[in-house]
Amino acid sequence: MTVTDRTITAPEETLALPAGPAIAHRPLGIFTRPQGSEGWRSWLFTVDHKRIGIMYGAAALFFFLVGGAEALFIRLQLATPNGSVIGAGTYNGVFTMHGVTMVFLVIMPMAAAFANYLLPLQVGARDVAFPRLNAFSFWCFLAGGLLLTSSILVGGWFQNAPDGGWFAYAPNTGLLFSPSKGIDFYAVGLQILGIASLVSAINLIVTVLNMRTPGMSFFRMPVLTWMLLITQFLLLFALPVITVALFLLMFDRLWDANFFNVEAGADPLLWQHLFWIFGHPEVYILILPAFGIVSEIIPTFSRKPLFGYHFMVASGIAIGFMGWGVWAHHMFTSGVGPLSVAAFSVSTMFIAVPTGVKILNWLATMYRGRLRFTTPMLYAVGVVSMFTIGGLSGVTHAIAPSDTQQTDTYYIVAHFHYVIFGGALLGLFGGFYYWWPKAFGYKLSEAWGKASFWVMLIGFNFTFGPMHILGLQGMSRRIATYRADEGFALWNMVATIGAFVIAVGVAMFFWNVYVSTRNWRRAGRPDVGPDPWDARGLEWMTASPVPEHNFDEDIQVDRLDHFWHRKYGKDESGRVVRAAPTSEIAHDGSNTNVHLPSPSYWPIVLGGGILLVGYGIIYNLWLAAAGLVFLIGAIYGWILEPADDPDAAGHHDDHHDDDDGDDHGDPDGNGGPSGNGESASAETEEPETEEAATVG
Amino acid sequence: MTAEAPAHTPEHHDGEHHTSTGLSNEKLAMWVFLGSECLLFGGLISTYMFNKGRIGPDDVGPNDVFDIPFTSVSSFVLLMSSLTMVFAVSSIARGDLRGNRIWLTTTAALGATFVAGQVYEFTAFYSEGLGFTTNLFGSAFYALTGFHGAHVTIGIVMLMSLLVMSMRGNLGPERAETVEIIGLYWHFVDIVWIVIFTIVYLFPQ
Repeated sequence: MTVTDRTITAPEETLALPAGPAIAHRPLGIFTRPQGSEGWRSWLFTVDHKRIGIMYGAAALFFFLVGGAEALFIRLQLATPNGSVIGAGTYNGVFTMHGVTMVFLVIMPMAAAFANYLLPLQVGARDVAFPRLNAFSFWCFLAGGLLLTSSILVGGWFQNAPDGGWFAYAPNTGLLFSPSKGIDFYAVGLQILGIASLVSAINLIVTVLNMRTPGMSFFRMPVLTWMLLITQFLLLFALPVITVALFLLMFDRLWDANFFNVEAGADPLLWQHLFWIFGHPEVYILILPAFGIVSEIIPTFSRKPLFGYHFMVASGIAIGFMGWGVWAHHMFTSGVGPLSVAAFSVSTMFIAVPTGVKILNWLATMYRGRLRFTTPMLYAVGVVSMFTIGGLSGVTHAIAPSDTQQTDTYYIVAHFHYVIFGGALLGLFGGFYYWWPKAFGYKLSEAWGKASFWVMLIGFNFTFGPMHILGLQGMSRRIATYRADEGFALWNMVATIGAFVIAVGVAMFFWNVYVSTRNWRRAGRPDVGPDPWDARGLEWMTASPVPEHNFDEDIQVDRLDHFWHRKYGKDESGRVVRAAPTSEIAHDGSNTNVHLPSPSYWPIVLGGGILLVGYGIIYNLWLAAAGLVFLIGAIYGWILEPADDPDAAGHHDDHHDDDDGDDHGDPDGNGGPSGNGESASAETEEPETEEAATVG
Repeated sequence: MTAEAPAHTPEHHDGEHHTSTGLSNEKLAMWVFLGSECLLFGGLISTYMFNKGRIGPDDVGPNDVFDIPFTSVSSFVLLMSSLTMVFAVSSIARGDLRGNRIWLTTTAALGATFVAGQVYEFTAFYSEGLGFTTNLFGSAFYALTGFHGAHVTIGIVMLMSLLVMSMRGNLGPERAETVEIIGLYWHFVDIVWIVIFTIVYLFPQ
């Protein structure tokens, strides 16, 4: 699994042309490639995993505001009995879009932001395996997100929004009960998002499996890398299942198929099975990245290695497998039969075990550590405590008789908000604070960060804590209003106040971003240094913000937490002492001889084509056909794009951008003989004489 | 993502280019993608099996429309295309560009024959009263086999793209791996058809 030391290969040898018959070379390219790394165009056409990561994060925060506004409308409507803020029909659209937005357009892309930005850095690679595909994933995601969100506006305010809940149970979402275009937006939008996530999953899996820096064996990878890798595998296998379900629903609605036509003998359970076979792994897709982030933050601020690294990884893998065997606990009341109920009860209780392992390992990491309660650490501890509450209420769902009482009540709403908000979202926000200096070169304000954290945490508990009580009192989820004599008024009011407190906390986060950026600029943009938190992963071993080429040279990794062990050693008496200053170890980003993939027009063009096809399927098949033709043209444009642009400025003199990105500064890398015909023949670069692996 | 596979260049044919696993990125990506495809067809096949019996006594069912000898022949044609695909891969690995073009063309032609057979079959079934919207069996049957046919069609487009590349002199032995990767896709689609043919046509109805 580890590569042999390639740096000892003599550059002269590796630059020789490959043996075999010479092939007449004709470039495939018909278009030029975009150039430059400044200005807004460079963002539209970028294939840099770091910029793509930042764009994912920005888009996710935008959709977070949309989804958050929807949440506030829900809470306003439910604040008092007989609420009349929004009508029942609109309410259906609002809660559906809130769920869909938060799951597919906020948590998943935020996790994708961290995956894109950090995975290549943490494994010591130059970029992801397929940079152009990576850009395509983002634009495809954005197309799906915009299509889905536009459903709020088209044809009137929430007239065509999906209104069947985020799990869109068919046949309730058939044309008969849901005649607006809403569910079409849902089906098409989620398929587009599925394509984006699938492409991204393939890309990131190949990156982690194939592009680790020398010495980075699987069990030297950081836990975040592991959790993100497991997440990508879950996406890889879960997405096609919901794709099938969405196709069937779309065929039913648009072309009169019978998959969910009960009159024709269809069984409504089909949708539930297909959806939840996707849906339960999806839960782990949402939470595992946050687990990974917490596993990075807690060791750093406890100044201790992660307790039980192998157990942490193994429990993540176990969750990844067991996540496939628990889906029917979402269906205990749907009549799946006593045997299924019993089996899925047991498996659901079992999956709490690896999750509990993680909680205990985080606690053990903190135990007797030198704790520093910075903002990221507060968020991480927040995840550990809040997720534990959500996890425990989850175990109560595993007990089928109890679940039968809780199904479709606010108890469920409370549970999944404790795991998804209290777990995933708090973890991702902690990640923002933690890696912000790495991505932008300055820290967010600690004072505002801590204040924002506490406001968010308190608001969160006031919002969702009371929902446990409401649920046990029997308040159904998804009802637009309730009567005054049902006894729900008090806690609903508390929850509504809590929701607005959360909104204040979120506003404080954005204010923090603004203030910190402004202060940093006013202070003359001081350099925060490569390693502001005294952390452990390879991403801290290069300059902040990360230079375009990531690392100046390959890192030879010799153990887990390689960077930490370069910084610290033990003296004779066994005390941990500083071995070398960070400035000596970290790369300063001065190597400009690194091959980088050229930017490309085609990812965003392809994203636009997909948007066209999406609207076409919903509104007019001729438009879809035109979009398809456009799309196919764009795919061929992509293929025929010149790999090597002789006029390219700077160090964008690369050839094929789908080449490996792990060859930073390495002469036998993509400029080498193994390159395709054009790059090998057009090779003009001097072989670099530096030793690529001076490390270790 | 498969459609852009021809653009991938075989950086790794000479074994000098290092990846952590030793497999090239492109080939690994195709394997990973095919893993995902298994679940896609798994979902569709499950849907078919779940629904095929859900028809009324007087409805058009599998026994009324299936022509097993005809489909057997077209299945055989598709399976033979896997053999010719192997020849295409081996010829380009040997540097036999002319042979490569011949085998790519043959593979695409066999695939096209299969798709043509499917089109014929769909037309025949339709005229016998089985439409996409007729009943659950019809919906499930056309969805499953239609998805498979679409996969074969995409495969044919990729093979033809390879052929055009070859004609333009851009497909030499250094790109043998591109052919091999498309071959992986092609074999996968064939294997899926074996499963579909068995489950849809040969299982007792």
